[in-house]
Amino acid sequence: MDRLDELENQSIYIIREAYYHYRNLALLWSVGKDSTTLVWLCRKAFLGKIPIPALHIDTGYKFPEMYKFRDEYGKKWGLKVVVARNEEAIAAGMGPTKKLECCNALKTEGLKKAIAQHHFSALLLGIRRDEHGIRAKERYFSPRNQEFKWNYQDQPPELWDQYKSQAEEGTHIRVHPLLHWTEKDIWYYIRRENIPITDLYFAKNGKRYRSIGCVPCCSPVNSDADTIDKIIEELESTNTSERAGRAQDKEDTYTMQKLRALGYM
Amino acid sequence: MRENLHFVVVGHVDHGKSTLIGRLLYDTNSLPPDKMEEVRKMSKEYQGQPEFAFVMDHLEEERNQRITIDTAQIFFSTDSRDYVIIDAPGHKQFLKNMITGASQAEAALLLIDAQEGLREQTHRHAYMLSLLGLRQIVVIVNKMDLVGYDQQRYNEIREQITKRLAEFSLEPMMVIPISARMGDNVAQLGENLSWYKGDTLLGSLDKLRCIRQGNEGPVRFPVQDVYEMDGQDILVGRVASGVLHKGDQVLFRPSDTAAVIEQIKVLDGELDSADAGKSIGLVVKSDKNGKTIKRGQVACPSTDNQPRVLSDFSASVFWMSEQPLKLGDKLDLKCATQQVPCKISKITNRLDSSSLDLLAEDAQELCDTEVAQLTIETEQPICLDAHESIAELGQFVLMRNNDTIGGGVVH
Repeated sequence: MDRLDELENQSIYIIREAYYHYRNLALLWSVGKDSTTLVWLCRKAFLGKIPIPALHIDTGYKFPEMYKFRDEYGKKWGLKVVVARNEEAIAAGMGPTKKLECCNALKTEGLKKAIAQHHFSALLLGIRRDEHGIRAKERYFSPRNQEFKWNYQDQPPELWDQYKSQAEEGTHIRVHPLLHWTEKDIWYYIRRENIPITDLYFAKNGKRYRSIGCVPCCSPVNSDADTIDKIIEELESTNTSERAGRAQDKEDTYTMQKLRALGYM
Repeated sequence: MRENLHFVVVGHVDHGKSTLIGRLLYDTNSLPPDKMEEVRKMSKEYQGQPEFAFVMDHLEEERNQRITIDTAQIFFSTDSRDYVIIDAPGHKQFLKNMITGASQAEAALLLIDAQEGLREQTHRHAYMLSLLGLRQIVVIVNKMDLVGYDQQRYNEIREQITKRLAEFSLEPMMVIPISARMGDNVAQLGENLSWYKGDTLLGSLDKLRCIRQGNEGPVRFPVQDVYEMDGQDILVGRVASGVLHKGDQVLFRPSDTAAVIEQIKVLDGELDSADAGKSIGLVVKSDKNGKTIKRGQVACPSTDNQPRVLSDFSASVFWMSEQPLKLGDKLDLKCATQQVPCKISKITNRLDSSSLDLLAEDAQELCDTEVAQLTIETEQPICLDAHESIAELGQFVLMRNNDTIGGGVVH
């Protein structure tokens, strides 16, 4: 069993644990490479028929390519796609000029509303430890309280694949089946499995996106990598971190910790 | 693809765990430039060296208080393979986070401050490693710069820790003198420690072995869930040990339901066999009503090499909750996919996990961070193997109100 097999089988185990313990589970699908890999792993875990909805938090600021991809593959893979938008905040003019506030209103609050509306007790999320120092401290099964707060100072012990298997009333559990993968692992796996992903990751005119989200807050990196092979080659030789182009990581040193403590993904 | 090894860094508070990891990443050129800059920005310069601990200690509270609160994992590579480094906090009150980290490791670096020597958490962590079944231990004598790179001091500590580990049948693979802050003997030996003839820290890592549950053992397949698809019951789960073949005759324990494996299913179709570690779906034909096979049943060979089925057994347990365990307490026990209510019927001995002092025989309770040999009675029988032969079925957690508060192993 090679490294990719190990990663894959561990993730499938976690997805199945989540579904056993939390039948009103949803899969958070941002349409980026990680959550699309997560959809792929769910197809494997459930042998082709994913019984849980794919929740897409739409800020209204996503790339057009992402909406197209969502609609095309949502249909192709037979996903029950649930789109959630914080219409109130969008109507009130919330926008990316207010970085932290905007992420919080359109993503976190949008997610909160969707959870309340659909009574989800757990969510599958495609975050990875190597993305950010804060995410390196996450558990596979990570509780969030009513206010969505992450109590990072007192996380439950997690050993021997035994996870928190019940959410208290009003709380929900974030499940992270890709936590142990790295960015490179994702690309090697996408190549091996032929997983479709949006074109935004491939270079056009000397630029490509390494991490995608909302248009105003993502900057492309200089790159000529227009195939998966070239992306892998590029990652093997670069030292820049993946989220270097993501505005919300940068504002101040603890922005990500603050966002996450408020319930950000 | 390359091999992947997980190791944990443990030791007493302030003996330099986070600094060591930061230094290792720095010396192997594993830090992205923006992260390096972040560290520099955050650092108070110390003898011209950046504050490496900030690479791992990311929480605002951790940096302000200069301690590690939670366990974290970070990735790095050498020429020969990829590593996952697990940082563990050194404070006694964060022991549950140390255990979370160490339970995911195949090897451990046990750090000791050359000036301070062996301290309370050095002893405690060493003992917890042995309880968790870790056998690959590399001892690192850090901060050699603070004792003038004195060989005699190194020898003293080497002798003390070797003797200590021997008390619970552990032997350090190596005892390596370094200074993480100054960079001595991490990636390169350097002049200050020229009397030392062994491996550098980086060199020692490549001597560690990857440990995975192998195909050699007898078959164990704990059923994780049952999916009904197209009128068929599919038993999903992950092979814990051995290799399952299509056509195999197996026994599901504890219900003792005999069955034949008719199909091994994955997304793209069927397999002829499934190795240890593989997540699969099984279609079986059984002699009894197939509905007896559900989550918690464990498929094993039909004739020999079966797990024990017990409802009363002795185990080594560690406690990690501020609320003590009282004799007779009702808890839940989880082992692989099995979950049963249980009670603690006897606490044979109660030990301090650092000093290993016997606190009580036939004790009435077990408190946070303590360890014990005790007897557990489960409401229904469960499958167990010796931890040293099939880890997944020899280790369990204890839960109260749905929180993991203890763990243990059976031998």
